[in-house]
Amino acid sequence: MSSPLLTAQQLVKSFGGLTAVSNVSVHFDQNELVGLIGPNGAGKTTLFNLLTGVTPVTSGAISLYTDNGVQTLNGKRPAEIAQAGLSRTFQNIRLFKELSVLDNVRIAMTNHYREGLLTSIFRTPKFYRTEAAMTAAAQKLLAIFDLTEVADQPAKNLPYGIQRRLEIVRALATKPKILFLDEPAAGMNPEETADLTRLIRQIQHDFHITIVLIEHDMSLVMNVVERLYVLEHGALLAEGTPTEIQQNPAVIKAYLGDEA
Amino acid sequence: MKANFKYNLAWLGVMVLGFVIIDACEFLGIINTFIENMLVTMGINIILATGLNLIIGFSGQFSLGHAGFMAIGAYATGIITQNIATPLGFYLSMGVGIIIAMIAALIVGIPTLRLRGDYLAIATMGAAEIIRILINNFKITNGAAGLFNIPPLVTWVTVYVLMCLTTIITVNFIHSRNGRAIMSVREDEIAAEAMGINTTRWKLAAFVFGAGTAAIGGSLHAAYIQTIAPGDFNIMASIAILIIVVLGGVGSITGTFVAAMVLGALDTILQNFGTLRMIIYALALILIMIFKPAGLLGNWEFSFKRLSRRLRKESAIHE
Repeated sequence: MSSPLLTAQQLVKSFGGLTAVSNVSVHFDQNELVGLIGPNGAGKTTLFNLLTGVTPVTSGAISLYTDNGVQTLNGKRPAEIAQAGLSRTFQNIRLFKELSVLDNVRIAMTNHYREGLLTSIFRTPKFYRTEAAMTAAAQKLLAIFDLTEVADQPAKNLPYGIQRRLEIVRALATKPKILFLDEPAAGMNPEETADLTRLIRQIQHDFHITIVLIEHDMSLVMNVVERLYVLEHGALLAEGTPTEIQQNPAVIKAYLGDEA
Repeated sequence: MKANFKYNLAWLGVMVLGFVIIDACEFLGIINTFIENMLVTMGINIILATGLNLIIGFSGQFSLGHAGFMAIGAYATGIITQNIATPLGFYLSMGVGIIIAMIAALIVGIPTLRLRGDYLAIATMGAAEIIRILINNFKITNGAAGLFNIPPLVTWVTVYVLMCLTTIITVNFIHSRNGRAIMSVREDEIAAEAMGINTTRWKLAAFVFGAGTAAIGGSLHAAYIQTIAPGDFNIMASIAILIIVVLGGVGSITGTFVAAMVLGALDTILQNFGTLRMIIYALALILIMIFKPAGLLGNWEFSFKRLSRRLRKESAIHE
């Protein structure tokens, strides 16, 4: 049994009268690959937004287990949560469109390469050193994911599939402990999805991080994840390995409806 | 680092060259008081517009209150140099102006920078009005009459050197981790937060930085023109700076320079046309906005690095 990394207990989110997420408790362990599935409107993205602080929780507790003990994440702003080690991609790609691919990655490294205001204004040798170290680290990351050739291009000029990949690389540049991928295969053709599958496995293996993904593409989900959560109408419907989930009558009912 | 040194040297060369040209023209008598006045106005406008471009073009926050921070710098200089009429007094007054303007920007920015677009523009406009009305009613600022006989402690040389300095500082600020963080806020606030960028803090940083440069512009204005009144810093003054930024290209410091010079020259040339001047000026703006909505230069920047790379590539082709 591996140790837990992030737990969420009895999360509730209501928008006015609508309860988008009700009493959901989940846990993600070290270096685990977890899937999050469910029909449209089940509250998957809302759950991501709660965990990463984009929308504040109505009630419930989110805890991150670090070497220095347990850290409570609810109530913190998204930037603090990101600095604590939670990183994510977005369902509708949110790159820094006008900026270069390299800058997209370097921005994500902002908190790891501290340059003081004065060192950057007066261009001290320390500034050039930090900047060079940061650029080298960014280029190394781009090289791993085959993006070196487009490093100087504005992100908006990239083809769709590459934009998705860049978003993942940018999220990795924050040196996360846990990476949330919101429908990474959306809009991809089967070939691109196969590439993505390899990519996700490679990230889990090489970066030793936990990955949680929302995905509708069952070929991808059933192929890569170790454990699955199924959401329906904002509540947790089932949890288990891909095989268990595929045979779960409640899940089949949620997806295919009652046998009439 | 050695390569960077080369480009920095090239920029230093440009600055020295500009200085020598103006100085030579002055010596040869080509520049009369009238033209010198125009050049100084251009220089001050460049300082003001560069700071505003950092706020609008790089952090993406639409501020309409730049003249308010300019007023703080101008009055700091006016009041202090009337008592200490030495160059040291001038620089002291400028320092005081910068600090007060930055504190004011912090106080204004914390509640208003959570607003977006038009709402922020109206809020900052209101803040600038508050500053102007305070100045209008204080005894120390001599109310609506304003300040006269401010000692002439500033020559075109002071303006030129400070224009270079503020530009260097602003550009260095933009081309660093800080500038990239600020631009990420402009590009996508939610994504920037998710990457660990505290967006409120960086927006505030850009706003406060811009206010500081506005105060420098105000100080120079007060010491060169020698009279200031609250009416000089109304909403029209903020809009005049905004026009330079928008015309030159939102997000292009090179564009700000070009626009400040073109508009300054246009303003001077059109002075002979009397009332027609404002109509022609406005017409020029409308035409540029129709045919070049992103401003003269968009977000293009002149760079020695890119130029030398291109030249090298071309010479390689010719061989």
